[in-house]
Amino acid sequence: MSNQALPRPRFNAPEPERGTKAALKIETRTAPLLQGKVSEIPDSLFGWAMRVCGVAVVALLGLIVYQLVVGSQLSWHAFGWKFFWQSDWNPVEDQYGALPFIYGTIVSSLLSLVIAVPLSIGVAVFITEMCPIKLRGILSFTTELLAAIPSVVYGLWAIFVLVPILREYVQPVLAKTLGWTGLFSGPPYGIGMLAAGVILAIMIIPIISSITREVLTVVPQHQREAVLALGATRWEMIRTGVLRNARAGIVGAIILGLGRALGETMAVTMVIGNRPEIAKSLFAPGYTMASVLANEFTEASGDLYLSALIEIGLALFFVTIVVNALARIMVWSVTRGQPARSVA
Amino acid sequence: MNSTSTAAPIPQITMPPVSWRRRVTDHVMTGVSVLTVLLVLLPLIAIFGYLVFKGIGSINIAFLTQTPKPVGEPGGGMANAIAGSMVILGIASLLGVPLGIGAGIFLSEYGRNRYGDVVRFVSDVLNGVPSIVIGIVAYGLVVMRQKHFSALAGGVALAIMMIPTIARTTEQMLLLVPQAIREAAYGLGVSRWRTTLSITLRTATSGVITGVMLAFARVAGETAPLLFTAFGNQFWNWKADQPTAALSLQIFTYAISPFDEWHRQAWAGALVLIVLIVGAVAAVRIAVRHGTLAGA
Repeated sequence: MSNQALPRPRFNAPEPERGTKAALKIETRTAPLLQGKVSEIPDSLFGWAMRVCGVAVVALLGLIVYQLVVGSQLSWHAFGWKFFWQSDWNPVEDQYGALPFIYGTIVSSLLSLVIAVPLSIGVAVFITEMCPIKLRGILSFTTELLAAIPSVVYGLWAIFVLVPILREYVQPVLAKTLGWTGLFSGPPYGIGMLAAGVILAIMIIPIISSITREVLTVVPQHQREAVLALGATRWEMIRTGVLRNARAGIVGAIILGLGRALGETMAVTMVIGNRPEIAKSLFAPGYTMASVLANEFTEASGDLYLSALIEIGLALFFVTIVVNALARIMVWSVTRGQPARSVA
Repeated sequence: MNSTSTAAPIPQITMPPVSWRRRVTDHVMTGVSVLTVLLVLLPLIAIFGYLVFKGIGSINIAFLTQTPKPVGEPGGGMANAIAGSMVILGIASLLGVPLGIGAGIFLSEYGRNRYGDVVRFVSDVLNGVPSIVIGIVAYGLVVMRQKHFSALAGGVALAIMMIPTIARTTEQMLLLVPQAIREAAYGLGVSRWRTTLSITLRTATSGVITGVMLAFARVAGETAPLLFTAFGNQFWNWKADQPTAALSLQIFTYAISPFDEWHRQAWAGALVLIVLIVGAVAAVRIAVRHGTLAGA
């Protein structure tokens, strides 16, 4: 693709006599392109500058890992693996265990998936398979609009609208009907694990549904026609002809949503209650890895305290990387090479 | 099947009647699907409704021109936070946009190989790193060295978040430029770097700018990475190496405070934030379509 190998073109047309008007005209027109030897230095300089930019991206990742690993050394040496299964978080006595945060992150994310997955698949199926074309554009635009709202605005809305609704209407009903499971017991504060799960679900629905939509669009039309020709109803066609074919991609979309939920900070911090305790009830306040960082990082006075927080960051980093890599591979396997669109 | 009989008559196939149970399932699932759409649209409408309703009621001239008042005093505004956000985003764009576009050029023009694949995978991975973790990194990189919080640190954090998005969209846009256009330039004896900058990149300008705005909109509302980099400030500050207020930080502080007055201002701030983001994106889109960049 390089033009360096090609010989420079030469004109064989009879040249007008030097100094005449016609010659001057040709000379001025062709001079910048054809006269003299073009230096190769700017070309290679530019090439290397672009390569440096490419390397910089890789270096950034290296830098992130380096910063996190170095920063967490102190805590790693003090606690080792114990750090991840001890539930004692006590800055006053310099005792740090990350279990309550890991628990909170996992429970709130899974809860959000339980709510978001059926809804997002439903929306994706409706948009690709049932919806009139005119409505399709509007619907996908509005679901993507949800993705453009900053997380702090979700949090604001959750504090003043979602939490009161949960406290007044949802939690009493849940306690009455499902209280026996132990998951929905205790005083209905509104704020707590349930609120965090619901707001996270609202935030990840656009991601899961837009990627699921992309995956469903890729399923070949003749799959649908073949199933319909066998006498299937529309739902049977969707179930056996579309959803089953897109399974891997849908799972990928779900995992991508999980990755987002795991790292989500602000909205969760604002409604989860921020108490490092492990409680069975979803009504109880909890804490996540991201929100403990948000709340305590600036206040971390001791070196060990700071280091313990950075170690939580490191753990969060690795978990989200693994989850994201897994998801991308699954989505790629369906959409074949087209990069999974990042959803802002 | 009302095909006219020009050829052999088409045998009539009679499907077995669809059973009652299957028909009901079909209708129920269609209903469920419509219901999910309504359930998803409900919070969207609610969020925008509250934002506009609560926000407009609280925005006034003071909000847009004054700095925050101490607790208990009514009035005051977020002018310094709006300015601070712009400073931080400006720094982030200055750092992130050239590097991101450079990486995109590398991926599309020089990276059709194994090295490119590595960079491609790494930028996808970077895209998934939680923003709060980026904040920790910027803290270690800038704040720890300077020994104090600064707008620069916030800008660095946001720039790190912008780079992967810009790199990948730039790559995709440059790949859309037909190979023949590049070859035409080479044929005229234009060197490779001139071709890349003035032909390839220029042809893809509007797409590249859309990618940049996507990245910009994504980081403009970020709060988590600013908590311990820009930190926030109650007063005016134009120095890049001093703690700086940001709109999103101010919304967060006010939202979790116990004061009604601050809650009102948080809603107003949220409305201003969204209007600024949408406004910036729209302005650039229009500039691309009509203004100085038109035809690029």
